[in-house]
Amino acid sequence: MIDQLKTYLSIPFVQYALIVGVLIALCSSLLGVTLVLKRFSFIGDGLSHVAFGAMAIAGVLHLTDDMLFVLPVTVLSAVLLLRTGQNTKIKGDAAIAMISVGALAVGYLLLSLFSTSANLSGDVCTTLFGSMSILTLTQAEVWLCTGLSVAVVLIFILFYNKIFAVTFDEDFARASGIKVEAYNLLIAVVIAVIIVLAMNLVGSLLISALIIFPAMSAMRLFRSFKGVTVCSAVLSVTCALLGILISILWSTPVGSTIVAVDIGAFLIFCVIAKIQGGIAK
Amino acid sequence: MAQLTCSDLRLGYEGRTVLSGVSFSVDAGNYLCVVGENGSGKSTLMKTVLGLLKPLGGKITWGEGLRENEIGYLPQQTVVQKDFPATVWEIVLSGCQGRVGRRPFYNRAEKELARQNMEQMGITAFSRRCYRELSGGQQQRVLLARALCATRKILLMDEPVSGLDPLVTAEMYELIRRLNQEGVTIIMVSHDVAAAVRYASHVLHVGSEVFFGTVREYQDSDLSKRFLLPEGGDRA
Repeated sequence: MIDQLKTYLSIPFVQYALIVGVLIALCSSLLGVTLVLKRFSFIGDGLSHVAFGAMAIAGVLHLTDDMLFVLPVTVLSAVLLLRTGQNTKIKGDAAIAMISVGALAVGYLLLSLFSTSANLSGDVCTTLFGSMSILTLTQAEVWLCTGLSVAVVLIFILFYNKIFAVTFDEDFARASGIKVEAYNLLIAVVIAVIIVLAMNLVGSLLISALIIFPAMSAMRLFRSFKGVTVCSAVLSVTCALLGILISILWSTPVGSTIVAVDIGAFLIFCVIAKIQGGIAK
Repeated sequence: MAQLTCSDLRLGYEGRTVLSGVSFSVDAGNYLCVVGENGSGKSTLMKTVLGLLKPLGGKITWGEGLRENEIGYLPQQTVVQKDFPATVWEIVLSGCQGRVGRRPFYNRAEKELARQNMEQMGITAFSRRCYRELSGGQQQRVLLARALCATRKILLMDEPVSGLDPLVTAEMYELIRRLNQEGVTIIMVSHDVAAAVRYASHVLHVGSEVFFGTVREYQDSDLSKRFLLPEGGDRA
């Protein structure tokens, strides 16, 4: 099995998959902590469905580079969702649910009306669950993904203290002169970027898992914001690596394998937390 | 000149007036208690003074070199904070965020300030503990230390003793009184009229009738008699 793995690891597209997988896992876990704590978990879900809808439109329009279309649309939706979150007329969760299923339905409708592909359900399945698309990445896509990931990580490090302040107590932050709206906007845009990136890896349905599970697992065990953030980043990268390797060795679907590993890690962390709690008492 | 002057404020959300005709001023070193029944607009007033809400009418003026955002705020606990993984140190330090400006990280002076405030609030021993594992009184001290990191000029407190047991409540009032004696201006929203009369220098009573004056004037007013007595012997 080790030999088999070595052979696989020498193939460029497997290397690409690993690089991209690790980067996406890292980015999504960093922002995941903030998202979970701000009770925004479902924004990730809503946005990923929007990205699916946008991808369908891009496919119908026969755009050569759908990233150029999907990214702005998702960023725009992120901004809009955040706005409605603050507006009392349509409550945040209802707005997200509407946009989320709306985009999903319209996307599928468009695909089935205009698609020229012979294997429609296969296409849809690929977009929703990622399937093998991560193993067909071109070098340009890997570079784009690397660039965006580095930007996300840099932004996160530079704004770490401000993100903490805004996440822990928006009112206090606003009262002491922090531009809370600007940082919420920044968070939303970064999340949109991550989601579009992650569509390649796990597909649009499973992105939320990548964002939420590492953060939730880390929160079982760690008690400081920094501890949770670092733990969730390490955990997410480990799970992604494991998931990709397993999926290559046993040819399981990449996205769902990674998520399955994430779920496993979450359960293990829960058990450890229980045992620790028991000892502490 | 007063630190804060509010003249003929009209307050509310989305054009709906909650409270009107509010005028008061706070000098440096004052201890103002804002009292009134539930739903009388106390919290709305607080949010407006903090700049979280825009007043529907009237004017708020800051004086004595106080910038609009130079307020230490002690908010009521939110749901988010109940299971927030953060250490006491991380939270207190975040109070310095207003001083940081565009810099990404805290400098040595800010860390020192956080350390001093923790010392003064008697929470240095909990520095590495998780906020959500502390008792209610300890959590309030943490938030107070954080507010002091933002400024030592003026503190705004929203029901600082709600949910605390009587002993801890008394400790908290004592702590606030000491800060006030050191020259920190205090504005406190509270439903505890008895404590307001005991500790504050001025009282602002909001509701259908609005009263503003010193504690002595308030005790002599009809409003306070109606408010203090039928409550069932709180002050008897």
